[in-house]
Amino acid sequence: MAGKIFAVVVALITIVTAYCVIAHVWWMPVDISVHGPKIDHQIEETVLVAGLLFIAGQVVLAAFVFLYGGARNRIKQIPGGAKPLIVFAFLLVGTEIVALSFIGSKAWGAVYFEAPDPASMRVDVQAGQFAYYFRYPGPDGKFGSLHPDLINEGNQNYFGLDTDHDADAKDDIVTAELAIPVNKPILLTLHSKDVGHSFYARELRIQQDFVPGLNIPVHFTATQTGRFEIVCTQLCGLGHYNMKAYLSVLSPSDFDDWLRKQASMQ
Amino acid sequence: MFAATAEKNIFLGVKIMPATAAQAAVHHAPPQGFIRKYIFSVDHKVIGIQYLTMSLVAVFVGMALSWAMRIHLAWPDAHIPLLGWLSPSGAPGGLMTPEYYLSLMTMHGTIMAFFVLTAAPLAGFGNFILPIQVGAADMAFPRLNMSSFWVTLVGFILACATFFIPDGPPLSGWTAYAPLSAVGSVAGPGQGWGQNLWGLSIVCFCIASLLGALNFIVTTLDLRTKGMTLPRLPLSTWGWFIDAWVSLLAFAVLLPTCLLLVLDRLAGTSFFIPSGLVINDQLQPHSGGSPLLFQHLFWFFGHPEVYIIILPAFGIVSHIMPTFIRKPLVGGWKVITFAEVAVGTLSFVVWGHHMFVSGMSPFMAMVFSVPTLFITIPSVIAVLVWVFSLYHANIRFDTPLLFSLGFVSLFISGGIGGFFLAQPSTDSYLHATSFVVGHFHFTMGLSAIFATLAGFYYWFPKMFGRMMNEKLGKVHFWLSFVLVYCVFMTMHLTGFAGAVRRYSALVDDFMVPLIPANKFMTIAALLLGATQFIFLFNAIWSRFKGPKAPNNPWDATTLEWDTTSPPPFDNFGGRQITVYHGPMEYDGEASVMQTSPAESVAGT
Amino acid sequence: MSQSAIAAVTHHEVVMEASPYAMDKKKLGMWVFIVSDACSFAAFLFAYGYMRVGAPVWGTPFGFSSILNGVVMTAVLLSSSLTMLAATHASQTGEKASAGKWLGITMLLGTIFAALHLREWFKLIAEGWRLFYNPAGGAAQFGAAFFSVTGLHLTHVVTGVIVLAFIARGYRQGRYDETHVETAGLYWHFVDLVWMFVFPLMYLMNAH
Repeated sequence: MAGKIFAVVVALITIVTAYCVIAHVWWMPVDISVHGPKIDHQIEETVLVAGLLFIAGQVVLAAFVFLYGGARNRIKQIPGGAKPLIVFAFLLVGTEIVALSFIGSKAWGAVYFEAPDPASMRVDVQAGQFAYYFRYPGPDGKFGSLHPDLINEGNQNYFGLDTDHDADAKDDIVTAELAIPVNKPILLTLHSKDVGHSFYARELRIQQDFVPGLNIPVHFTATQTGRFEIVCTQLCGLGHYNMKAYLSVLSPSDFDDWLRKQASMQ
Repeated sequence: MFAATAEKNIFLGVKIMPATAAQAAVHHAPPQGFIRKYIFSVDHKVIGIQYLTMSLVAVFVGMALSWAMRIHLAWPDAHIPLLGWLSPSGAPGGLMTPEYYLSLMTMHGTIMAFFVLTAAPLAGFGNFILPIQVGAADMAFPRLNMSSFWVTLVGFILACATFFIPDGPPLSGWTAYAPLSAVGSVAGPGQGWGQNLWGLSIVCFCIASLLGALNFIVTTLDLRTKGMTLPRLPLSTWGWFIDAWVSLLAFAVLLPTCLLLVLDRLAGTSFFIPSGLVINDQLQPHSGGSPLLFQHLFWFFGHPEVYIIILPAFGIVSHIMPTFIRKPLVGGWKVITFAEVAVGTLSFVVWGHHMFVSGMSPFMAMVFSVPTLFITIPSVIAVLVWVFSLYHANIRFDTPLLFSLGFVSLFISGGIGGFFLAQPSTDSYLHATSFVVGHFHFTMGLSAIFATLAGFYYWFPKMFGRMMNEKLGKVHFWLSFVLVYCVFMTMHLTGFAGAVRRYSALVDDFMVPLIPANKFMTIAALLLGATQFIFLFNAIWSRFKGPKAPNNPWDATTLEWDTTSPPPFDNFGGRQITVYHGPMEYDGEASVMQTSPAESVAGT
Repeated sequence: MSQSAIAAVTHHEVVMEASPYAMDKKKLGMWVFIVSDACSFAAFLFAYGYMRVGAPVWGTPFGFSSILNGVVMTAVLLSSSLTMLAATHASQTGEKASAGKWLGITMLLGTIFAALHLREWFKLIAEGWRLFYNPAGGAAQFGAAFFSVTGLHLTHVVTGVIVLAFIARGYRQGRYDETHVETAGLYWHFVDLVWMFVFPLMYLMNAH
C-alpha cells in the first residue's frame, strides 16, 4: 500500500511541477535585448532536456515502486545488468550535454565574446551601498578620472570627480537612472565604490557582478522602449534588498531631451 | 605474540603495542566512570552519538532561524518576541531589521552546511558504524577522534556565540565574500566580532574535519578484519571512505582561506581588498587585493563541500536499499563506487560555475561549464542504479526505505536544476535567484537530510538497542516528503520569474507579485518544521521506552548486525570476525550475513 | 602476506585483512596528513601567485645577503633531512644511542634554521617591512605573502623540532619504537620538501 501511495504522490508532484513550468505560471518577462532570444532559446532547450529527464526519472521510480512492493515478485536484475544503464548515461546524457554546451556557447558568446560596437554609447556605472549612479561622458565624449578620496555624498559627488581641475570631468552627467536610446548599442563599464554588488536587469537578460578593484564592461542593444528595474543580486549589506535603479529605454529624441535636462541639472 | 588468543580476556580483538602490556591495559580497557564513558570518551560509538546529538541540536537551531526568516518574508511587520529578547538591536520589539535578517540567514547557512550536513552523515554515522562494518574494535586513532569531536563542538559553540554578542552574527552569508567580510565592522553590524567568531568557528571545523578524514582513511585501509577485502566493504563504508578523501583535500584549502581572511581583517593585509574602497564615507587603507581571489579559494573548497555532504548520503542509501528490496544493487559494489569516485574527483574541477557572472574571464566560464555538465553522468548512473535496482525487487516499505526512496526522488529533482545552473548562458539569468536556493536545498538540505534520516531510522536500533515507532516514522516521512516539495519546488519556479535571493523583504516592482507564493512557502515551511518534532519526540521517547531491539531487526547482512544492539565496548565481544561474502547477499526472503560461512545466495 | 607479517605491521593479536599498502597505521596516517598539509600550502602559494601576477609592480627586494642567508638555511634544512634519515636507519637497526644522537643533531639543525629565519625576519621588520607595508615601494602585499607563507613554514619547523624532542625522549625511554621515529621522519622530510618550493618561489623569484 505504501508503495502505491508513494507512486501516486510522486506522479502528482511531477505533473504539478511540469504544469507550472510549461504553463509559465512564474516565468521570465519579455526580453528586450538583441541577445535575449538566444538566451531564452537556451533556457527553453534546457527545460525540454532537463524536463524530459525529470519526468522520466520520477515516472520510472514511481512505476517500479508501484509494481514491486511486497514479497511476491520474482527477484531478478534488469537484463544486461548495469551495462545498459552506463551506456545510456554516457550516450543520452553525454549527447545532451554536448548539444547544450555547443548551442549554449553561442548564447554566451553573444553576450561576452563579441566585441562591442565601436560606436556604442558609453555609460559608466557605479554601485555602492545601497544605490546605483550612472555617468554619461557629456559633449566632450570623455569621462573624467575618479578620485575615491573626493567622494562626498552630501555634495552629490558620488563618483569622486574633480570638477575644479579636471576638464574631462566638468561636463560628465551623473544620474540616478539609466536612460538609453532604443536600438542603439550601449557599452556600460561597471565599478564598485565599496563591496561587491551586481547588475541584474531581467528583461535585458544581463547579470554581471561589480567587483571592487575591477572595471567590467557589459554591452547590449535594447530593442523595446519601456521602464524596467535593475536590482542588486550580490549580497552587499543591510540595504541589499532595496538597492535598485530604473532602466528607461527611450526613443532617440526622448533620450536627447532627457540627457539635455539631466545636463542642465548638474 | 601470535599464540591462540582463546585464553586472553578483554584485550582480544584490540590493538596492543607489543612493547608494554601496561600501555595495553590503559589503551582499551572498558572505560570506567561517567566522564570517561560518556563525556571524554575515545569510543567511536560514543563519539558518533555525540556528533549526532550536536547535529540534532544544530538542525533545530538552523530550522528555527529559517522559520524566523520565512515569517519575515511573508509578514514583514510580524513581531517575534523571542527575537526581540535575543537581540534588542537586531529586532527591536521583535520586529526584524534588514541587517538582522541577513545575520540569521548567514548563521542558518553556516550552521546547517557545517554542523548538520557535513557533521551528521559523515562524522555522526561514519564514526559509529564504519569501524564495526570493517570489523575493527575502534577507529585507528581513538584519541584523535575524541579531539575531533570536541574541536567541532567548540566550533559550534563559537557559531552560536555570535548570537549573544552585542553586534550579533555576521551578515555576509555563509559564503562570506570579501570585501564585505574582510573590511571589518565598518561594513555593517555583525561584521566586527561576529565575523571574527565566525571565522574562528570555521577554522575549528576545518581542523576537526581534517583529523576526522585522516582517521576514516587509515581505519578503512588498515583495520579491516580477516576476509574483509575492499570489494566486500559495505557501500556505506565506501561512501565514507571516498568522502574522507574529498573532505581531506577540500578542508585543507578552506583553512588557509579563512586564515587569509582573518589576516585581512585583523592584521591589515590586503589579500582580498583592493584599493580605493569608500565604505561608510571612510576611505579604506588597503590596496592591491582581489575579491576574486577569495571566491576562487572559497569555491575550490565550496564545491567539493557539497559533494562531501552528498557522498555519505549516496553510501547510506546504497547500503540501506538492498536490505529492504531484498536484492543486490544493479552493478554490485563497483558501479556505485566508481560513480562516487568520479563525482568526488570531478567535484574539484568545477568550482568556477559559482563564478560565471563574477567578473571572472568569460572564457573560463566555458571551461568550467564542461566538467560541471559532465559530472551529471556519474550522478545519473548512480540514480539509474538505485531506480533500476527496484526492478523485480521485493520492496519492504519500512521507514528507512521510504526515506531512501524519498532521497532518490529529491535527488533527481535537485539534479535537474543543475542543468540550468551549469551553463553560463542560462545561469546568467538564474544566478542569485531563488532557483539556486531551491536547487541547493533539494540536493543538500533535502536529499542529504532524507538519507541521513534513513540512516537514523535504520541504525537507531543498533545504536540504542531499541526500536523506533514505525507509525510515527511513516507520518514523519509522508508529511516531510510532500511539504519539502511544496517549499522548495515553488522556489525553483519563482526563480524563473527572477526572484532574487538573500532579500530580507520583497519590495521591488517585480518581487511584489511573488508575495503570495512566498506566503505559501512560509506556511509549508512552518508545517514542515512542526513535523520534525514528531521525529524528535519519536527519537527521544524510543531511546528510553521503545521496544527492545534484536541484534538484526532488518534481516540485514553486514557486520554491524552480527553483534548485539547496542554493541559491546569493543564491538564484537572479543570474537574473531571473519568475512566470507560481500555486503549484498540478498535473494528475497533469504539472505546470508557477511560473517556466515554458508553458501552465497546472490553470487556476490 | 603472512599472518605474522600482518600482526607485525598492525601490532594486532587478531587476524586482520592486509592493508593494501602494508603500512603501519601511524605511517599511513602521516602520509594522509602530509597530503592535506600539502594542499594547504598549495592554497597559500596559489594566493601568492595570483597576487604576484596581478600586481602592476611586485618588486624584487631581496639582495645578495638575503639570498645567501636563504642558501645557508636551505643547506641546513637539507642536512637535517640527512641526519633524520640517519636517525631512522639507526632506530631500525636497533642502535638506540646512535638514533638518539642523530635525532638530537636534526633538532639542532632545525633550531638553527629557525634562528636564521627569525634573524632575517627581524632584519626586514627593522627596514620597515610589514604585513601591509612595502618600504621598497612595490606591492603592499609583498609582506603579506612573504610573512604568511614563510611564517606557516616556520611554524611547521618549530612544531617539528618539538615533536622530535618528544619522540626522542619516548624512544629513549622505550615507550616509542622505530616506527615512531620513521613516522616523525616523514613529517620532517615533508617540511624540507615544502621549503624546496618556498625558497625558489619566495626568495629567488624576488631577488634583484
